[in-house]
Amino acid sequence: MYHRRTLTDAQINRELLDVVFRTPMWWVAIVSVLGIIVAGAASAFGFMMNQGLGVTGLQQPIFWGFFITNFIFWVGISHAGVMISAILRLSQAEWRRPMVRAAETMTVFALTVSLLQPLIHAGRPWRIFYWVFPYDWARGIWPDVRSPLVWDPTAIITYLTSSTLFVYTALIPDLAVIRDRSTGWRRTVYGILSLGWHGNPRQWKLQGIAGILLSALILPVFVSVHSIVSWDFGVSLVPSWHTTVFAPYFVIGAVHSGVSAVVTLMIVMRKLYKLENFIWEEHIDAVARLLIVVATAWMFFFWLDIVFGLWLREEQEITVWQLRMFEPPWSWLFLAFIMFSYIIPVPLWLFRRVRRSFTWMLWTSLMVNVGMFLERLIIIVPALMRKGPWTFTFDTYRPSAVEVTIIVGSIALVALLLMLFSKFFPLIPLWEEKEGQKLIDEVKVGDRVIPALVKEH
Amino acid sequence: MATRAQTQPKPPAHKWGMVIDLDRCTGCQACVIACQAENNVPINDEKSFLDGRVIEWIRVERYWEGDFPDVKARFLPVLCQHCDNAPCESVCPVYATYHNNEGLNVQVYNRCVGTRFCGNNCPYHARLFNYWEPVWPEDLRNQLNPDVTVRTRGIMEKCSFCIQRIRRATRGGKKVEDQAFNPACVQACPTDAMTFGDLLNEDSRVSRMWEDERAYRVLEALGTNPSVKYLKQVDADA
Repeated sequence: MYHRRTLTDAQINRELLDVVFRTPMWWVAIVSVLGIIVAGAASAFGFMMNQGLGVTGLQQPIFWGFFITNFIFWVGISHAGVMISAILRLSQAEWRRPMVRAAETMTVFALTVSLLQPLIHAGRPWRIFYWVFPYDWARGIWPDVRSPLVWDPTAIITYLTSSTLFVYTALIPDLAVIRDRSTGWRRTVYGILSLGWHGNPRQWKLQGIAGILLSALILPVFVSVHSIVSWDFGVSLVPSWHTTVFAPYFVIGAVHSGVSAVVTLMIVMRKLYKLENFIWEEHIDAVARLLIVVATAWMFFFWLDIVFGLWLREEQEITVWQLRMFEPPWSWLFLAFIMFSYIIPVPLWLFRRVRRSFTWMLWTSLMVNVGMFLERLIIIVPALMRKGPWTFTFDTYRPSAVEVTIIVGSIALVALLLMLFSKFFPLIPLWEEKEGQKLIDEVKVGDRVIPALVKEH
Repeated sequence: MATRAQTQPKPPAHKWGMVIDLDRCTGCQACVIACQAENNVPINDEKSFLDGRVIEWIRVERYWEGDFPDVKARFLPVLCQHCDNAPCESVCPVYATYHNNEGLNVQVYNRCVGTRFCGNNCPYHARLFNYWEPVWPEDLRNQLNPDVTVRTRGIMEKCSFCIQRIRRATRGGKKVEDQAFNPACVQACPTDAMTFGDLLNEDSRVSRMWEDERAYRVLEALGTNPSVKYLKQVDADA
């Protein structure tokens, strides 16, 4: 049972809006450091555009490398938003309250950064804008809808639009609170953003309906996005890329990495913004339990992928799996991936003490995401290295400094966007917290005092 | 906007194909050099081989069979197979590669954005990516073929069956005699191992060889339906 902490509405407002009205020096410092890293990555990208993709470690059979890995990785992270907010909202899990907005915001920013990756990866990104976005009506030449690279942006932009709406709908009451407490130009900006919210019953009702509707509508998108991303591989001829289990395997893997990323984010934000009153051991505990289930389901699909791949005993499939599992350096990466994303964290999460320790959860959740990045790399590169009987490569793929800089920059970019967002908007929804407080009124039954509403566990 | 009549495919006038007789191939690489000169293929130096970024529209694969001293070298010239069911075509988001009505797998350099998905999906490794801007030494600039686009960095390229020669020969719907023209590799082959022609013309040399009992297509199990057939090498002592 939850250890209840009773907070007054005034206290919730004060603590959660603290950073909105104040600019602490550490915030400026973190944002500057992240900004410098992002600027560094942008210069690396500029250098690559100037010189050509020769500055990457890519070579003839290995046409896809770190950028596509990173693309899959960030789309994966973005699955946390819907998992945490839509599914938990619909299933009325009470412990979702402090993390819904963080998860949704991370969804939006992770998707934005993931959309950048194919552009960075392409040989002539300026042409993508020229050919894909202004449709070539004049000559009747259209994008080829058979290509998964057309399905991808369609799915991702749908997901991005709906997640942005989702974040915004949930943000409106809080924007009104900030508007009421600010003066001058800030009041004007927040006033416009809050769309005339006054908190009357009709507005609350509409906002509630919008939230539930959006949750329900996003769910199919949630399943489709990573399925479609998996079809980037699924429709190809490359061995080990086209097992039929790829779509659910990718979706559940995305949830695994995404929910872990939410744990990391919540622990970091709790420390930075002093949210100890809002994020408790119980919350992390509940997410960790969810993670055990998700990780185990993912593991199941992972083994299915291997079994389906090897079932027919096709020579090429076996060659690819042999490279992945037994030939260095891939065998070391494979070992690291399987240890980091399942074998180390999941048994640890079985212990209540680990689940309730912020330090342990921070490191295990980070570990999962390192493992999941490696997973995507191991899916992509070794398969291309052993694509067919004619594929011969005596070398292996080594990411260049430019690629590594851009990957680090993409992580910094998501962090930077989250820091900026959390400066101007509360990362924990005020109204959700207040609603949560309303639900913990206690009643006396016999000689025991119990919560009036029990929704958790 | 394009009218309907314009977008309707014309009935095919030709179906270009090639037969390579492996019994005749000596692995001399003349086809590779001829192709390089004809199609403005960048010069591959030692570094590009070490980097795995060679650009060769046709390459000669070499296999050793048996143990010394009883050893045989097998050669297999590999070029774009112009598959009728090409895996590279359907994955391109911008139609930079498509199948034209003469059975050619066409690469439109100007549309290519460089996603490299086609390269991943080609089991023949016939598709090559320009990692760098190709440069030629100053005194070789004037030998570039004016009929062929000089490619830029960031795009895919591959064998075109010397489409510039096909275009020149068939311009204006001209009737072409069999063997009236040939791609550079076929023309250069000293042992006459390669045969090119119109598979719709039943009397053409390539059509006759197409039905040869030694004929097979590489990686046929993938169902790509290539327009290139190989004639199996038969050993006299076998």
